[in-house]
Amino acid sequence: MNLEGLEMIAVLVVVVLFVKVLEQFGLLEASYDDSVEDELELSAVRHRPEGLEQLEAQTRFTRKELQVLYRGFKNECPSGVVNEDTFKDIYSQFFPQGDASTYAHFLFNAFDTDHNGSVSFEDFVMGLSILLRGSVQEKLNWAFNLYDINKDGYITKEEMLDIMKAIYDMMGKCTYPILKEEAPRQHVEIFFQKMDKNKDGVVTIDEFIDCCQNDENIMRSMQLFENVI
Amino acid sequence: MAAGVAAWLPFARAAAIGWMPVANCPMPVAPRDHGKRQDELIILNVSGRRFQTWRTTLDRYPDTLLGSSEKEFFYNEETKEYFFDRDPDAFRSILNFYRTGKLHYPRHECISAYDEELAFFGIIPEIIGDCCYEEYKDRKRENAERLMDDQEENKDNKLPNMNFRETMWRAFENPHTSTMALVFYYVTGFFIAISVITNVVETVPCGSTPNQKDVPCGERYTVAFFCMDTACVMIFTVEYLMRLFAAPSRYRFMRSVMSIIDVVAILPYYIGLVMTNNEDVSGAFVTLRVFRVFRIFKFSRHSQGLRILGYTLKSCASELGFLLFSLTMAIIIFATVMFYAEKGSSSSKFTSIPASFWYTIVTMTTLGYGDMVPKTIAGKIFGSICSLSGVLVIALPVPVIVSNFSRIYHQNQRADKRRAQKVQKARLARIRVVKTGMSSAFLHNKRNGLFNELLELPCSEEVEQHLSKTASLLESQHHHLLHCLEKTTAHEFVDEQLYEQNCREGAVQSYPSCSPSLSSQEGPTGTCCTHQARKNPLPDASVPPTCQGALQELSAVHIQCSDQPALSTSRSSLNMKLDDTSRLNCKSGLITTAIISIPTPPAVSPEGDSQPLTSPSMQTIASSNAVKVSTL
Repeated sequence: MNLEGLEMIAVLVVVVLFVKVLEQFGLLEASYDDSVEDELELSAVRHRPEGLEQLEAQTRFTRKELQVLYRGFKNECPSGVVNEDTFKDIYSQFFPQGDASTYAHFLFNAFDTDHNGSVSFEDFVMGLSILLRGSVQEKLNWAFNLYDINKDGYITKEEMLDIMKAIYDMMGKCTYPILKEEAPRQHVEIFFQKMDKNKDGVVTIDEFIDCCQNDENIMRSMQLFENVI
Repeated sequence: MAAGVAAWLPFARAAAIGWMPVANCPMPVAPRDHGKRQDELIILNVSGRRFQTWRTTLDRYPDTLLGSSEKEFFYNEETKEYFFDRDPDAFRSILNFYRTGKLHYPRHECISAYDEELAFFGIIPEIIGDCCYEEYKDRKRENAERLMDDQEENKDNKLPNMNFRETMWRAFENPHTSTMALVFYYVTGFFIAISVITNVVETVPCGSTPNQKDVPCGERYTVAFFCMDTACVMIFTVEYLMRLFAAPSRYRFMRSVMSIIDVVAILPYYIGLVMTNNEDVSGAFVTLRVFRVFRIFKFSRHSQGLRILGYTLKSCASELGFLLFSLTMAIIIFATVMFYAEKGSSSSKFTSIPASFWYTIVTMTTLGYGDMVPKTIAGKIFGSICSLSGVLVIALPVPVIVSNFSRIYHQNQRADKRRAQKVQKARLARIRVVKTGMSSAFLHNKRNGLFNELLELPCSEEVEQHLSKTASLLESQHHHLLHCLEKTTAHEFVDEQLYEQNCREGAVQSYPSCSPSLSSQEGPTGTCCTHQARKNPLPDASVPPTCQGALQELSAVHIQCSDQPALSTSRSSLNMKLDDTSRLNCKSGLITTAIISIPTPPAVSPEGDSQPLTSPSMQTIASSNAVKVSTL
């Protein structure tokens, strides 16, 4: 058979169609992406907290207060655990003018006591119990834990600078006086001058607690949030 | 502030303990709530509708919210019922799941709302019964497509600083972005049309000399047609090369369908140039000329309908495959039957089974050319069965393709409507207004609230009444939190306009020609007070979006322009400049409308006269950075 140009093309087309039909019936496995199936990934971790009585025993909240706290918690995080992004999101809603995500990151690490990447309701309530109903010693302990980013028992200048920058970030840019680059650094200097008694460049927990207990302003401000619920 | 997040306010305020040890200033007084407990409990069930069921019914599924002890958190002691502040309509189907064991998806429900309810009650959507599962999955897919469309739209609003290559690419992809692109678009469209028409007219027999048969126009006016072809191919080549240059990923561009069509459209011409007029290859040459007709596919860049058609055909691949397969089956069956039926008759055209294929196809598609007709009775009977079944086989998969096309087409229509710029802009403007309303509420309350602090009276009764009238407890607690942050960092929140003001005064000295809007808004500093006086003292949501847009543009400019030297001059300008009376006037203009800080040096005393309330607060604050002053 003398196949000329067009006939050859016609034959090619027929062959291609045939191959496609075979693919249709799975006899020739072509690679088609099933993006639909990706949606079927099972839902993420869901966590349920311990019973109300247990939490009542472990924290200093009353039953009613725990109920109130849980409702709010569950509303924002139906899955029962907060991961860092949700935490940042929630915290950012309180500081619309600035960027609260860095500070929220440090807070998250402070709340997530077992460092598993998510804050469950128990962690949350334990943290709140210390912050709102704990003794001054416990509160200062908690604050020290927050500042000590790598949890080695010492606050270095770098850690403090990170925290300070995070706090200043929350202010945003529309401030008066206008925020300068070295404002956090200056603030850290003042802080270290106050706290670092033996001038060794780090603040230990004892120096921290001692200094705070001698400072009237700080003592007074610790009592501010007592009746917050 | 969203009500849901309000429940997290205790947490946010508790976390503020982290700021306390680093603060240098004393903290403001916390608002007392007078023992006024906000009663959150409404004595209703699911938002008012009472549902009743047995406990054992709920216990059937212990890994969900209702089936476990988690629901104790929602128990209301007084009314002895469980209260959930959720949608009662959606709750119906959730409760039915416990009763019947099957979860149904109500068709009128929005897919994302339903998903949220399921997530809240701890039920995984995969449990949805087979009766409703397909619908659920379809809606979910539509929603995902819509979200992807939205994301792609937002990607289109790029920043203004694109380099030349990116601008060119964008001009190619969206012709409506600039006039150049639109011109280019129409010119190429015109030339595609010209090229196609030329190809067609080339073969029309035009004019005849008496001794020869009709010659097609192409052979009569060879030169003219060649020139036309050359011009078109030149334009197409230039266009292709420009697109290749501008493409962000050349490799991906070269693999895309449109570029392959472009190449196929222009290649025959070049191959024709290269090849000599040889007899052997003339057959192949004729084939190449056929490919010139592919130029008509270039129109698909110009017509969205064509693109949708192509996309539909691609997405209906399975239906098309089914159609082809069933047709092939039927053709083979009927061709065999017709061949054997007509084998007996003399001078039959049905010489072989493949020859009968032609008859079967023509009959099944109801064409009926009549060049092959059965002559025997058996042949006629089978022929009629063939044509009847042909109608059925072809009509069945076609509606599926049509509905697919319709769905995709409507989605595109919707996307186009949404892309209409006005809608986006108005919506974004409204959202922005709400957001600034939130932050300006704080500044507004700051001015009102400070009145209380300055008098240094520990919360007299009528001031508290006044306060509670203006701000709910929640708001006052939120404002107290923001206040603590201000004290910790010894800086204050100001609204955007004041910030622009400060930035401008600092930056105008070093960058006088930052942007045209700068000069149009505030010329020399001397006019800034009049502008300030004209301004609404409360910078709330009444500022029109366009004005805000200009201000934001300004702030964007300043972020680029102003850096350390500018900022330090603004600080020093506060300290000194007794001689610059115009600047001082500006300052007083500022003071009458907002809170600013005046440094302690008494050099700026002229302002001190205008607010007798400054002095008491000046001493209470120990920080060297800022002294707070307010006037009302």
